[in-house]
This record gives sequence, C-alpha cells and structure tokens, in this order.
Amino acid sequence: MHKGVARGTRFRPFIGSLFWALTPLYATVLALLVGAVMLLLLGVNPLQAYSAMVSGAFGSSNALADTLVKATPLLFVGLGICIAFRGGVLNIGGEGQLVAGAVAATAVALSLSHWPGWAIIPLCLTVGFLAGAIWGGIAGVLKAYLNVNEILSTIMLNMIAVQGMNFLLRGPLMDPMQVEAGSFIPQTARFSVTTDLPRLVPTRLHAGTALAVLLAVLVYIFLWRTTIGYRIRAVGLNPDASRAAGINVERYMMLSLILGGALAGLGGAVQVLGLHHRMFTDGSATGFTGGAGFNGIVAALFGKLHPLGTIPASILFGALIVGANQMQRAVQVPSSFITALNGLVVVFVVGSDILSRRRARRAVGQA
Amino acid sequence: MIAQLFSLTTLIGVLTAGIRLATPYLYATIGETLGQRSGLVNLGVDGIMLMGAYAAFFVTFKTGNLVLGLLVATMVGGLLGLVMAFFSVTLRAEQGITGIGVYLFGLGMSNLLFRKTLGTVETVSGFPPIHIPFLSDIPVLGPIFFSHNILVYGAFALVPVSWFLLNKTTLGLKIRAVGDNPKAADSLGVSVAGVRYFTEIVGGMLEGIAGASLSIALLNVFQENLTSGMGFIAVALVYFGGWRSVGALAGAILFSMVNALQLWLQVIGIRIPPDFAIMMPYVLTIVVLAFTAQRVRAPAALSKPFERGEG
Repeated sequence: MHKGVARGTRFRPFIGSLFWALTPLYATVLALLVGAVMLLLLGVNPLQAYSAMVSGAFGSSNALADTLVKATPLLFVGLGICIAFRGGVLNIGGEGQLVAGAVAATAVALSLSHWPGWAIIPLCLTVGFLAGAIWGGIAGVLKAYLNVNEILSTIMLNMIAVQGMNFLLRGPLMDPMQVEAGSFIPQTARFSVTTDLPRLVPTRLHAGTALAVLLAVLVYIFLWRTTIGYRIRAVGLNPDASRAAGINVERYMMLSLILGGALAGLGGAVQVLGLHHRMFTDGSATGFTGGAGFNGIVAALFGKLHPLGTIPASILFGALIVGANQMQRAVQVPSSFITALNGLVVVFVVGSDILSRRRARRAVGQA
Repeated sequence: MIAQLFSLTTLIGVLTAGIRLATPYLYATIGETLGQRSGLVNLGVDGIMLMGAYAAFFVTFKTGNLVLGLLVATMVGGLLGLVMAFFSVTLRAEQGITGIGVYLFGLGMSNLLFRKTLGTVETVSGFPPIHIPFLSDIPVLGPIFFSHNILVYGAFALVPVSWFLLNKTTLGLKIRAVGDNPKAADSLGVSVAGVRYFTEIVGGMLEGIAGASLSIALLNVFQENLTSGMGFIAVALVYFGGWRSVGALAGAILFSMVNALQLWLQVIGIRIPPDFAIMMPYVLTIVVLAFTAQRVRAPAALSKPFERGEG
C-alpha cells in the first residue's frame, strides 16, 4: 500500500509539471487570439491570415529550410541570453553583438580571401565569437567595476555598433565595384566562395544551423554540469548568498555578459558566412539583423531560459517571421504585425510566470 | 571656414536646435523618472512614444486638430502605461522583459497602423512657434529660448512641476516612499499598487506626449520607427540624471546639444565621418554613466515587485 501511494504521488506531479511547463504555449495562444482581434479590426480574416502564415513557414521543403535559417540567429542570440539571464544580467545587446561578430568576420573573410576553406571558416567564426565577447565584455566591465546598469550600456553599445558598421560599410569595407561604378551602395563585395558554409542543397539551409543546435547542447552541459556554470546560475538566483559563499559575484556577472556576447557574435559571423556571403546595411541595425537581437531574447524566454527549450522556441519564432512574409502576400497584412505579435507574446509569457510562481510557493508550503 | 565656425547665426541655430531637440527627451525622461521613483522600470518607453507619435499624427492628419491629436496621444500613452502597470504591479512580471515586449508591440503596431491607414509618409503643419512678447526680441537669447512652439515650453515647464510634485507634495512623498521602502509605506496605509499604477499611467501619458512632440511639433511627419531608439536614451537619461527632475533636464540638454553640435559640425563641413558624429551622444552617455553610476543611489525597491507578507 505504501508503495502504491508513492507511485500515485509521483505520477501526479509529473502531469502537473508538464502542464505548467507548457505555460508559454498558453500565453502564445492568448497572444494569437489578441492578434486575431487586431486582424479583424484591420478587416482581415484571421483564419486566412494564420493559415497563410503556417503554409508559408512549413508548406514546402524550401519554406521549412527558410524557417530553420531564420531560426538560426535567434538560437545563437537566445543561447547567449540563457547564460546572461541565468547569471542575473539583463543583456539587451544582442543586436550590437550580432553586428560586431558579423563585421569582424567580414573583415577577416575579405582580407584573407586566398586562404583555403578549412582554415578561413574556423578563423572567421572564432573572430566573430571574440568580437561578440569583447562587445558584451565592455558592458561586463562597466557593470562589474563601475556599477553601470547593463541594460543601458548594452542598448548604447547597440547604437554604437550600428554606427561603426555603417562607417565601415560606407568606407573601408565598401565593395570596390560599387566605388568604381559610382553607385556607392553600402555593402561589401561578395566573399570568396571558400568562406561559404556547407549547404544542404537545394535549399538555403546551411551548416550554421547544425552548429547552433550543437552549441545548445554544449551550453546546457556548461550551465548544469560544470562548476563555472553552476556559479553563474547561483549568482543569478541569489547574489547575496553567492557572495556569502565566496563567489566573486561581479566577476561572474561579467563572465555571463562576455559569454552571452560571444555566442551572439558567433551568430553574426554565421549569418554572413552561411547566408548573406557579404555584409550590408540600410543604416539601421535591423536592416542586417532582422531584429534577431531582440527576437532571440523572446525565444530564450519562451524556452524558459533553457538552452534545449530555446531550440523549438527559435524555430517557432523563425516560422513566425517566414510565415509573416507569406501572410503579407496573401492577405496584405504588413509584416510589422509579427513584431507587434512578438511583443504580445513576450508580455503574456512573462505575465503568466505568476502562475508558475504561485504554484511553486504552494508546493513549498505543502512540503 | 573659421569665420563660419564663429558665425553667430550658426551658433544661434545650433543652440536653438539643441533646445528643440531636448523636448521629446524631457517628456519621456521625466515620465520614466516618475515611474522609477516609485520602483518601476519601464523599458517600453520607445514603443509608447511610437504609438503616441502615430496617434497624434493620424488624428491631426485626419481632423487638422492639433489639440485633439495631442489629447489622443496622451490617452494612448496612458493606456499603454496602464498595461505596463498591470503586468509589473498586478502580475509582478519581470519589468525589464515586459518593457521589451511593450517596445516590440509599439514598434510593430505603430508601423502596422501607419502602413494600413496612411501608406506613405505625409506631413502636417504642426504646432506653430509662439514668440513670447519682448523676451523673444532679446538678441541671441530671444531666438534660442523664447521662440519655440507650445510643446517645447511645456517640456521645460514640466521640470519645476515634476520637481514640486516629487519633493513638495504628499503624493510625491508617497511616490518616493513606495520606491524606497514599499513595506514601510504599506504599513503606514499607503497603497503601493495604487501609487505605482498612478506613476506608470502618468509616465505613459508623458511618453505619449513625447512621441507627439516629434510627429506634430518638431518633425511633423510619421514614418516607420520615427523615434529610432530615443525612448531607450530617455531611460538612460533617468539614471544619468540621478532620478531627479533637474538631473533629467541636465541630461536632456547635454544629450541634445551634443546631437545639435554633431549636426552643426557636418553642416560647416568639419571632416569627421557622419557615422562617428551620430555615435558621439551614445558614447558620451556611456562615459557619463561610468563616472556617475557609483555616486547616485537608485530607488531601493527599483524593479522589485511588492507583495504583502514577503521578505
């Protein structure tokens, strides 16, 4: 009898935790419903709009590949966010870190174009990783040693990275052909094909996606199976207790920002090597990143700041972005609808956290 | 070129532009200051500004009524402030993230509405300049300070008004108490939630006006992402200003003057790349934050949700 009770109580919490683990999903459904009301107000049939979105994102192998390609930078940024937010620092600098990584990789790819692929690709990726680490690290140093709020410094660093990118693309890195032709479009020349990441022909899917998934596993191992990862999480959960336990809280917050930036920077490098094969700007950050620096935060939150949970979350938001284009064509809803919808998802997901917290407290009360 | 450099007319032009450009920052920064003094961080300022800018522009474009446009922008801002307050106060959600959500919503929504209702970039004739009698005739100072439109004057009037509210009224005392020690305030019968709802709604209204000041008083257009991150700068200026109205004024003026200066440098043809010039205010903000962050004290309960019987 004793055994039976034990089994019963073990089973119910499992159903319960599964139910609660899916709260982001309920929040999303709610956001989609609000989105449907918005569509109705715009005089658009929401069913038609959403079905165009689904078929645009998953309807063919090309669509599916595009979804995964769009999900890739979200996953890179999202993994960085998992580390940063777990470490208790709110890194809003994904946009700038993506740009920093991409620009650095671009500079290397352009100047060493005669190198063979097996040497140049890892070098570019490493350089992108380091550039992102430096860009995140500036915020980290400011936070650790000068007590500058990281939300503010990362936002400012986003703006600075964009202007740096604009300067380089309008000047030193501009495609010589553009200069010769006098058209001065702010973009670089196409990189040498040796720098192209391997592709899954005949789609646009490239090896960067696999790299991102591999990294998700590594970040999981890092955060949950290593001492440094454990300390990062401890600092995020309770800085005072961590300090009392002898952890150098400031240094670990700095490390979280450095690693978060590094992963986003690597994502930027992957974007130029795998997808664009050149760097370009329309003057704003989103022209290059497509807003991945912000949407990656959304994806990470959606995955409950778990590296493995961030994988399906990134795919979902990649699908939203790709589907939005189809929706724009099918029912003439501007794709900025998706930006607004993402905002609703974020707000509802963090808002629904209160439910899990209440439940956790009840569980503690019972124990 | 040297003659141009010291030409009085250009200098007056730069300073006048500096005062004008401070307007949206002042409204938004003071709005955010109110909220933060009561313990709420709102990172959605830029989104609220965009919605305010769109609402003001759309109403003015359709009705030709500037005051109505301003009113609607204020209401839209207040409504988004209410939403922000509901999530941060009632649902106790992580404020930094909620703010990003509100930002994305405002960014997407304002552009969606712009595409659907206007389609192309239009212009309106915004609030006309009001030349204050006698004062505007003072050489140099007159054009710089006393020949602006009503929203510019309003922004500067807001500085003493908000100072008075925060420091000389019972309500201000409550706001500061709730931001520094919500538990003590609560035990004295102050409604923590009520005060925070109030500051967030009023803050949202001011942020809506900040947007409107761009679309119907300074630039008189609306386009995608009109604010281009001004709301985030406003949040930085709150820290910069040490959570005080006068500090917000100093920050907004410094920031917009540096901005005006870089425009001026470009106009007179000093050869620095424009990208670096645009970068200057952001670098400056980081540098100033680095030097001031350790000296000023943030409201103790900033970004911490309050719940009775906790801690």
